[in-house]
Amino acid sequence: MKRELTCIGCPMGCRLTAEFNGTEVTEVTGNGCAVGARYAREELTNPKRMVTALVRVVGMERPLSVKTEAPIEKRLVFDCLAALGAVAVAPPVRIGDVILENVLGTGVNVVATEDIGG
Amino acid sequence: MLYDVILIGGGVVGCATARELARYSLSVALLEKTEDICNGQSKANTAIVHGGYDAAPGSNKAKFNVRGNAMFERIAEELSVPFSRNGSLVVSFEESGIPALLALKQRGEANGVKGLSILGREALLAREPNLNPAAQAALDVPSGGIVCPYELTIAYAENAAQNGVTFFRDAPVTAVSRNADGTFLVSSPAGEFASRAVVNCAGVHSAELNNMVSEEKHSITARRGEYYIVDKAYRDAFHSTIFQLPTAMGKGVLIAPTVDGTILIGPTADDIPDKDDTRTTAEGLARVLSRAKLSWPGLPARAFITTYAGVRAHAETDDFILGEPADAPLFFNALGVESPGLSAAPALGEFLAQSVAERLGTAPNPAFDPIRPGIPKFRDMTDAERAEIIARDPEYAKIVCRCELVTEAEIRASIRRPVGARTVDGIKRRTRAGMGRCQAGFCLPRTLELLAEELAASPLSITKCGGESRYLESNLFSGKAGE
Amino acid sequence: MNMKTKRVDLLIIGGGPAGLAAACAAREAGVTNLLILEREDALGGILRQCIHNGFGLHTFQEELTGPEYAARYIARVQELGIPYECGAMVISLSPERRAVYVSRTEGIVAVEAGAVILAMGCRERPRGALGTPGWRCAGIFTAGTAQKLVNLEGRMPGKRVVILGSGDIGLIMARRMTFSGAKVLACVEIMPYSSGLKRNIVQCLDDYGIPLLFNHTVVDIHGRERLTGVTIAEVDGKKRPIPGTEQEIACDTLLLSVGLIPENELSAMAGVALSPATGGPVVDETLATNVPGIFSCGNVLHVHDLVDFVSAEAARAGEMAARFLSGEKTAGERIPLIAGNGVSALVPEVLSKRPEADVTFMFRPRAVYRNARIAVFRGGKQLAVKRARILAPGEMAEITVKQDAFCESEGELTVSVEEVGA
Repeated sequence: MKRELTCIGCPMGCRLTAEFNGTEVTEVTGNGCAVGARYAREELTNPKRMVTALVRVVGMERPLSVKTEAPIEKRLVFDCLAALGAVAVAPPVRIGDVILENVLGTGVNVVATEDIGG
Repeated sequence: MLYDVILIGGGVVGCATARELARYSLSVALLEKTEDICNGQSKANTAIVHGGYDAAPGSNKAKFNVRGNAMFERIAEELSVPFSRNGSLVVSFEESGIPALLALKQRGEANGVKGLSILGREALLAREPNLNPAAQAALDVPSGGIVCPYELTIAYAENAAQNGVTFFRDAPVTAVSRNADGTFLVSSPAGEFASRAVVNCAGVHSAELNNMVSEEKHSITARRGEYYIVDKAYRDAFHSTIFQLPTAMGKGVLIAPTVDGTILIGPTADDIPDKDDTRTTAEGLARVLSRAKLSWPGLPARAFITTYAGVRAHAETDDFILGEPADAPLFFNALGVESPGLSAAPALGEFLAQSVAERLGTAPNPAFDPIRPGIPKFRDMTDAERAEIIARDPEYAKIVCRCELVTEAEIRASIRRPVGARTVDGIKRRTRAGMGRCQAGFCLPRTLELLAEELAASPLSITKCGGESRYLESNLFSGKAGE
Repeated sequence: MNMKTKRVDLLIIGGGPAGLAAACAAREAGVTNLLILEREDALGGILRQCIHNGFGLHTFQEELTGPEYAARYIARVQELGIPYECGAMVISLSPERRAVYVSRTEGIVAVEAGAVILAMGCRERPRGALGTPGWRCAGIFTAGTAQKLVNLEGRMPGKRVVILGSGDIGLIMARRMTFSGAKVLACVEIMPYSSGLKRNIVQCLDDYGIPLLFNHTVVDIHGRERLTGVTIAEVDGKKRPIPGTEQEIACDTLLLSVGLIPENELSAMAGVALSPATGGPVVDETLATNVPGIFSCGNVLHVHDLVDFVSAEAARAGEMAARFLSGEKTAGERIPLIAGNGVSALVPEVLSKRPEADVTFMFRPRAVYRNARIAVFRGGKQLAVKRARILAPGEMAEITVKQDAFCESEGELTVSVEEVGA
């Protein structure tokens, strides 16, 4: 089955056509570089997303911005957000501080992306 | 308590009358239907102080326009309201219109308008180089002016409050009746108010109130006008207010410079069934543009910062209906106050207050102070003045609205003043914060915080214009879990 | 009289990505007496509220969020000891490079600067500028205002959202509102294509099943107090609504992502010539404006697609300002360029008679082009040519001309795009 995708590997946004049989990608065309082929394979067989989110800060009205250190499985995005919804961090926080370890057993940590507090 | 006078309606006529009544030893309350004063036709009009050449000689419109116009220098000075006599030009784009210009001139002279003259094409184009070169001649009205209508209304209200008038907002009047002793009972969800006299300045709803107490029934038609506002980058495009000479094609639209540097373009004139329907329409806005191009062919398409619509209260007599109906003594009407209502407002306030005071038989208020100091405006100051005011009040160093250079000090003052701002629109009308070219994109979050802080309320409860007009739906994280 | 006066070699107006990169580059090029003025409470500009990832692939070869990207430059500014002031807004600028700013800590300060870099960024086009009819109710926000409310203040503007325009901030906010528990009902775009980045369409709309309706716009706004719904309609080739295609969508929030406008009020005060094509100053290949010693970079010059390109451009502005300060003669006569077929918002728009280095031209394609050829011509001669598989208005295109190519040619310079077929 042919699947159309837009490569997001870089701002070029190549339009990819992939031959996908449900478990495996057998052919990718339209890609300008190796990133495109890799993207099509991954996006169709094991799509992943970086998650950026906001978490509660103890004693403050403003939230703290965080991210997964690496992409996690796309189907886990909302579960990840729910897990972060239960988190409250106490300032001070520095960029890179681990906010939630090994989120949902993915092996990926959620880290702070900004400094907050003294 | 029994008030001497209850005013219904917090527009420019109500607030001007309140201020003029404060000159007497009377207890006065003003009831405003909405969450803020200056929320109906007084906030959305052409902001022009008309010369007075247009109304029929002998009419109330003519009389009060000419008298009101002459009062503006003093009022503007006493109340610190920006006013400029920039002059009006009624332009004919056809040679065949010249007799009509002459007729207007004659009518204006009959009304007592001073200094009218006819400008020929060359003089006209020299004065207004962006005017359509097809212009043939114009009636020059040097007494025409421009004023900030909200600042005028708010200044009148503040000065009235300073001098003892009580203001009730969110107080829509549901019934007016007479007690056995002849006093009035004015009912509203904000409470029942008793008074010896009532002044009805309820704009498009004024006929409904009159009809509660008098058999001399009236009806008011709401006539909607739609407008565009042009960025102040074009502030020098026109100097005088440009009217189009009415033709068989219609009344035309205005190009009206404002005291704040923007230019208003409009209005349309469409009678509408819902008197509070201030929607703009695609068709109406398109009509404004196509007609405006007759005066300003170079009108830049990307220069608009916003659009708005206002309603005016048109009476079937086509004139202001003023004073007591024969069967309703001490109930004073100001019905059908549409254009030139803003121009006439100082004179209407004076007349209504004098009429009430005479009938109630009262003494002057010796403590009356006619001076309302304005909120010092950072944007109008020299750098030296800015440095000086910041030294006195450091909150003048915090610019909230970057487009109009409005500081935190001004916003806080607008909330703390008598009859102060309680909504984001209220702040906008009192300070211009959010009225500039980004239309509050940058300053809204801070304005919400300042209002919440000053009113000791949650930012979630802050509204644009009362009622359900809240900006924020919820906090991302409710409560402060984890503490 | 409480007015301070300062004298700096280089004044940088704006502490966002452009101002930060310009300051670092100028400092590295030897300018020591410089000052960054930032009107917000912290450095970083709009990046502070862009908490999503996707920044820095070009600059740092890794994917960062906005605050992380800004933090790297802020750390560099601090390392280099570059003075900056936050809560300091420049309120006037003269052609003689005298600026006046108002500061929360210093009051009114006048700065006489040897050179100035304009790095004020841009603002969002508001509803009023579109003339969208209907009520003027609460619930209508520009996407960036909503982004600030949610990401920096933790406030949700609404629960049922329609987005007008498919600019990047609108796309990003579609996802953020979805993540924050709102339902995004549609993204409505008047053009037949999006001005946003591809990856944002994929990852912010497609991922969450949010429909992107091309050739549609909002034609009416409902709700006297708070927004209760919008009417959308399809538009014809002239962007006029097609009668009979109207449909009402019940919603409490309308986010606008309908264009960014470079903020050049100060530039105009200083006599800087502005370009109708970009909304920013007209600059030459050294990012110099027509006013000697005043340079411009970042989104105040032209609206960029990626912050990485802002940083690169700003660093060049910093170097050029340093060269100006070291007494190098500025370009004399400048020749205008012609934005040819398919080219809009061309930067630079003028060129020195004899450029001293290779020149990279950046522009926005006017439409979507597949298998396109970008070319620079002078007179009849082709100075540079480049193939591009796809060009779209949402993404900046560029082409570089070698310095020696300019020496060997005369006549009018034109940058143009054409489709060459598969």
